[in-house]
Amino acid sequence: MIATTEKQLLSTFGFNKTLNENGHWLRDIRDRAIARFNELGFPTTKLEDWKYTNVSALAKIPFEAAAADGVILTREQLRGVFLAEAAFAENCNRLVFVNGHYSGELSSPDLCDQVIATSLAKAIHDESPSVRAHLARYAAYDLRAFVALNTAFIEDGAFIEVPAGAVIETPIHILYVSTSTEPAASHPRSLIVVGDRSQARIIESHVGLGDEIYLTNAVTEIIAGQNSVVEHYKLQDESHSAFHVSTVQVEQGRDSVVTSHSISLGGKLTRNDVTVVLNGEGAECSLNGLYITSERQHVDNHTVIDHAKPHGTSRELYKGILCDKSSAVFDGSIIVRTDAQKTDSRQSNKNLLLSEEATINSKPQLEINADDVKCAHGTSIGHPDEASIFYLRSRGIDQREAQALLTYGFANDVLDRMSIEGLRVRLECALIARLSHVAQTRSRE
Amino acid sequence: MLEIKNLHASIEGREILRGINLSVNAGEVHAIMGPNGSGKSTLAHVLAGRESYQITAGEVLFEGKDLLGMLPEERAREGVFLAFQYPVEIAGVSNMYFLRAALNTIRKHRGLDELDAIDFLKTVREKMKILDMDETLMNRPVNEGFSGGEKKRNEIFQMAVLEPKLAILDETDSGLDIDALRIVADGINRLRGPDRAMALVTHYQRLLNYVVPDFVHVLADGRIVKSGGKDLAHELEQKGYAWLEETAEPVKSGVSVR
Repeated sequence: MIATTEKQLLSTFGFNKTLNENGHWLRDIRDRAIARFNELGFPTTKLEDWKYTNVSALAKIPFEAAAADGVILTREQLRGVFLAEAAFAENCNRLVFVNGHYSGELSSPDLCDQVIATSLAKAIHDESPSVRAHLARYAAYDLRAFVALNTAFIEDGAFIEVPAGAVIETPIHILYVSTSTEPAASHPRSLIVVGDRSQARIIESHVGLGDEIYLTNAVTEIIAGQNSVVEHYKLQDESHSAFHVSTVQVEQGRDSVVTSHSISLGGKLTRNDVTVVLNGEGAECSLNGLYITSERQHVDNHTVIDHAKPHGTSRELYKGILCDKSSAVFDGSIIVRTDAQKTDSRQSNKNLLLSEEATINSKPQLEINADDVKCAHGTSIGHPDEASIFYLRSRGIDQREAQALLTYGFANDVLDRMSIEGLRVRLECALIARLSHVAQTRSRE
Repeated sequence: MLEIKNLHASIEGREILRGINLSVNAGEVHAIMGPNGSGKSTLAHVLAGRESYQITAGEVLFEGKDLLGMLPEERAREGVFLAFQYPVEIAGVSNMYFLRAALNTIRKHRGLDELDAIDFLKTVREKMKILDMDETLMNRPVNEGFSGGEKKRNEIFQMAVLEPKLAILDETDSGLDIDALRIVADGINRLRGPDRAMALVTHYQRLLNYVVPDFVHVLADGRIVKSGGKDLAHELEQKGYAWLEETAEPVKSGVSVR
């Protein structure tokens, strides 16, 4: 049985001209995805993977497809939105999407000739062989309802292709902006293909303007070629009433090094799935995450690190700061396949509760099928340390500031792992502002 | 400067301070000695405003103001400084950020301009040199990964930067080798002055060879049982605390507070 909203969502399902032809490879994929979503429907809390994240509210909202036409967004409207400021900062190539659609006016993909950074719609239209070879080949739309939904709606998003042997110093910033004035859904799709021996840093930001309810359902596939070095930032600062569901699927080749940063600040309900398959010997990945929740926000991070080949290394650190009546979920799986001998894996999830009413569900899972591996994991949940607060106060720093400072320090070791200095500083400032706001609200209570 | 009158304090219903009387004037250095569990550290923490202790009786005046009525941060801004026996590690916050924030709140309270990062570094550089501290320490998280000696030096360095009126040094000498002790003592001596008072809380007489006190008080079982000049410290070193405890009420067994 499919609920009304699901029907409504599907009724907005259309094809652009290119895809209208029967037998177009992408049309086939989309057809399969929509059929699969029809079978799956929105996940319920009966599913283990969705036990603590209830999206039933989503099924009650009459979403329209996010408007592409007639929405004119200016640089001026983005002022003060810190992630937009980061995208517009000097020394950053940017692709800007408004409600899921490419904005040529706001984008500035001034890269060296060899790199392709463009809209996915254009790349599909131009019949890029890389798009055909990789799009929808990794993110499992047969298993995951939201991936199926996104795949069914593949139309636009970012396409980045770094050829073999290229080192791209300048970060590429993909900025997805939602401007909805009525409940709308967008399904941004990003495909990032980094060739063998190449190096690139890609920032993917999601921001919302305005207070209307909307759904962002993003899927990003990253293919890291042999010996490549890729750093991906997924930064979420959606507006208060937004639903944000995202999937980042990474496929790593031999000796590749991938770092994923995932920062969740905004949104009413957020679900992030990060899945990394170390599908080549000697691959290495680092997953860093930070979530800050207040009021009644909910953030769910599900990560899977799949060691498929020997000599893989993975490091994972996810940290959460929870205030008020907010809640969060961390579910981190590490899979070591039979072949993946000499795997070295470490996972840590740490949570700081700033309120008695906040809740966290943390679930590390190890599935080890090889016998010569090192795997460690740890979880901690705690309140700010009274002795530390007293130490700061004894130096003249007031209680509120002391708590903000400790909280900032707690978060800082995640930010410290970011290599893009300018972005890190912006995030630090945003974090301090957010924390002192939280502390102020608390001290008024 | 500091007037402690009949101070009683307890923790979790257990009385630790049982009527302390002490006055400290500007320019004086007082050593507060005593065996483990005598209440020395409790006294230091109570003066700094640690909230886990309950004040059950007595009063403390700091420059005529009711010290016990102030929050810990207010005491710091008024000029009270506690050098911790066990300085706390603050992950993710650099020494620079922390100390500049502290100095600026105190400066603001005194009606001075706040310092930016560059002016701040200029101000503290000289003081780092005195305490033989590596400048790279400023960019490291507060006390994190510091050796015991580095932590103690960092406390004295903070004192030098914040320039308090009353400095309470809680077991600053414990765990220091002789070289570190000399550096720390030198740092303390440079801060002695006619406008500043110091209370050195210590179990051992060793520090007092380098920082010579004007007065020595012996604390036992929550009371000052003997006061005297600097020679009292030597006497204690030779005879031990047991010699004094005989004159005080017996210490309850099992009571131990650092």
